Amino acid sequence: MSRLGKITRRTLLVGAVAAAGGVAFGTWRYNTPYKNPLLSGLNDGDAALTPYVLIRPDGIMLITPRSDVGQGAYHAQALMIAEELDVTLDQILTDPGRPDVAYWNQALADEASEFLAPGGGFAQGAAKTTVQAAAKFLGLQITGGSTTIPDGFDKLRMAGASARETLKLAASQQSGVAVADIRTEAGAVILPDDTSLPYTELARVAATVHVVQDVPLRAASDWKLIGKPAHRLDILAKSTGTQAYGIDLNLPAMVHATVLMNPSQGGALGKYDTAEAFKIRGVTSVVEITGGLGILADNTWRAFQGARAIEASWPKGPMPDTMEAHWQALSDSFVADAQDSRKRDDGDVDAVLAQDAMQAEFRAPYLAHAPLEPLNAVVQVDEDAAEVWTGTQIPRFIQANVARITGLPDDKVRVHAQVSGGSFGHRLEDEAVKQATEIAMQMKGTPVKLTYSREEDMLHEFPRQIAMARMRGAVRDGMVEAYDLSIAMPSVIASQMARQNQAVPGPDSQIVAGAFEQPFAIPHHRVTGYRAPELAPISSWRAVGASSHGFFYNAGLDELIHAAGADPLEERLRLCSDDVSRKVLETVGEMAGWRGPTPAPDVAHGIAFTKSFGVPCAEIVEVRQEDGGLRLTRAWVAADVGTVVDPLNFENQVAGGLIFGLGHAMFSEITYEGGVAEQENYDTFEYMRLHQCPDIMVRGLENGTRVLGVGEPPVPPAAPALASAIFALTGERLREMPFAKFVDFA
Amino acid sequence: MQITVDGTRHEVDVEDDMPLLWVLRDELGITGVKYGCGIAQCGACTVHIDGEAVRSCQVAAADVWGDVTTIQGLGKPAALHAVQAAWIEHQVAQCGYCQSGQIMQAASLLAEVPNPTDQEIDDAMAGNLCRCGTYPRIRAAIKTAASNLRGT
Repeated sequence: MSRLGKITRRTLLVGAVAAAGGVAFGTWRYNTPYKNPLLSGLNDGDAALTPYVLIRPDGIMLITPRSDVGQGAYHAQALMIAEELDVTLDQILTDPGRPDVAYWNQALADEASEFLAPGGGFAQGAAKTTVQAAAKFLGLQITGGSTTIPDGFDKLRMAGASARETLKLAASQQSGVAVADIRTEAGAVILPDDTSLPYTELARVAATVHVVQDVPLRAASDWKLIGKPAHRLDILAKSTGTQAYGIDLNLPAMVHATVLMNPSQGGALGKYDTAEAFKIRGVTSVVEITGGLGILADNTWRAFQGARAIEASWPKGPMPDTMEAHWQALSDSFVADAQDSRKRDDGDVDAVLAQDAMQAEFRAPYLAHAPLEPLNAVVQVDEDAAEVWTGTQIPRFIQANVARITGLPDDKVRVHAQVSGGSFGHRLEDEAVKQATEIAMQMKGTPVKLTYSREEDMLHEFPRQIAMARMRGAVRDGMVEAYDLSIAMPSVIASQMARQNQAVPGPDSQIVAGAFEQPFAIPHHRVTGYRAPELAPISSWRAVGASSHGFFYNAGLDELIHAAGADPLEERLRLCSDDVSRKVLETVGEMAGWRGPTPAPDVAHGIAFTKSFGVPCAEIVEVRQEDGGLRLTRAWVAADVGTVVDPLNFENQVAGGLIFGLGHAMFSEITYEGGVAEQENYDTFEYMRLHQCPDIMVRGLENGTRVLGVGEPPVPPAAPALASAIFALTGERLREMPFAKFVDFA
Repeated sequence: MQITVDGTRHEVDVEDDMPLLWVLRDELGITGVKYGCGIAQCGACTVHIDGEAVRSCQVAAADVWGDVTTIQGLGKPAALHAVQAAWIEHQVAQCGYCQSGQIMQAASLLAEVPNPTDQEIDDAMAGNLCRCGTYPRIRAAIKTAASNLRGT
């Protein structure tokens, strides 16, 4: 431990936990330090080979603890286990398993630690860091940060390998044949005489032998599943209306509920009159919960009708009265006292920009996650236990919160993770589960299904952060010489974790993510984060800080490159300090046949690049002027994730991420008046439609050394690539989203 | 009142103004039909009435004027409709929540326009929202389904 230098008590905590997770050993030990959660609840003859592989006499179950919110996580996790286990994807079922410390997300913790002390060592002054917060993340089972692939890539393959070797050992004991003479294929152990012993038939014996540890992983050249296109496990169900989502759950004796919460976010329950609600057929009761009311009925629509019929007056919540006040709070935060971090400070920015600096200000609005499946949860509270069925990215927080509300011990709260109809970070929050629990507490023994109306859902979003950036810069001899970017926003991590009763000391990497770590060697370059006070309560939205800062960083750079008279791609390549990123930029240029920002009359190309979640991603957007307005005709994306584990899903995530970035940049914002969101459905929270979607070409590169996830990285470059193309076409600089406030789209 | 859904006649005891969406989901348990917005902005609840694509959140139970077909009646996992088969071939779904409505809208389009242009696809599908961004694959799948339907 001495190499870590000065160790504070808090950093030691992280070091110790990281070591327990296997970092210090360089491997993941499956029987230590956590108990295998599958060992409880086994039936006779079942074998729980690692926390991820359950072999039963009637089938093979792979445990996929990261949530599937549409990003294909169940498929990708199963793929990684199956690669080493030697099963085909049609031989297995998946199950999210029970929330358990064994399923903690190490990659997420690594990312948090990296911001505090880049390079892996703990710097002096580490006490003023988010290490404590990171420690609380450790041991917690969270889906987020594009970490499912990097967290699982070794861990899940090792689980598959351990299970496979254990099955071979069992077959050896049963047959008397040496392990070295046994091979595995398609869910069976094959003996030298070609006798095939299905894994399911070996379960009983395998359960009695020690799980084989430290099995070497196969070389990439031997992979049968990783990197090969395969139909998603859920594709048939999702194409036939037979996929069950959380909102589809129907339990015996279940009652339906909805909520009517104070529309002024965070405000208390006010005065109310339920007389009209009880005139609605099927409405059975109205109960008080924190900040609002629960309405119970015998069907979802009747509960909605009941909620609408309630007359209520609500005290105003804590957020500022006007949007002007929100923006003013950001503007007021560009002061030394509010400085949160300065992770980039190259050259001498102050000297170079002492006079005649170019200046510009950029804004990014609040955005709803607005996944198409409204929030929902089923909760049943009994005297000695509680059960929760819901789609979630934070099952262990839910377990803890339901335990707290009910007064039950954590291990008496069973969480059944459900498939979600989208999330984009929405299900990193669990207010709906807390509310359903409060309702269920008032009718013990009855399963309560809480379904949000779309309006309640959007009014009570914890949206993407509002953010503001100020750039100063200078060019010299046709080159970008100096770039000073300051970003102000409230802390998204502090806001989010406060709702989990967790304090987060130290700087928030998300205030500068997507900006401070960009691989461009500008001689004088500085990125400073300023922490604004909390305004609207905010949460992680696909790509989190980088979702807004990718726009700020690229838009500022684009103005400097234009002032220098340089080409947007060539200048980025000249400045690029990282070979993997350079290749990504070159590739996207080749894909689009880059010939500058205006390759033809009435056609413009805009380029942007953001490295986020470790993934360099470059995008080019083509825009044409048409009679009805600007039309996005084509787009190209290149991204390097080290290894493309699941190629079809990779393409889907990348194209979807690009669309997510473009669609919101074009059309979307949440605004507040009197603490109440002014958008409550998709008519006012607009988004890209099919006719507005460009043709999209995607290429995945594999030059990076780390295996990374791609759910989020394609989002940040989309908005600035579009803004750059619009500038090339119209001469208008768009420094604020959504762009539809300033230009018309066809 | 009586209502015919996916070839089966049902007697339902509901208010006249209960939207068809909730009759299907909560009274008949046909959950392949999805609730997304309730105001005809997302298209997730799209079903056919006598072959015409409608937003079931906007059709009152008393106003249902013909036989209802849902995603679960259009085709079955073991007997796919051509549009569903194309959706699988193109691996369209991500979260999948909007896809019931997308498929029903596309099936209705192809029943009327066997060989739609891009413009006709644009016009027909503009009311179906996908938050995951599957639009390029939806367009490709519609073209494949159109081709396969014409060939049979």
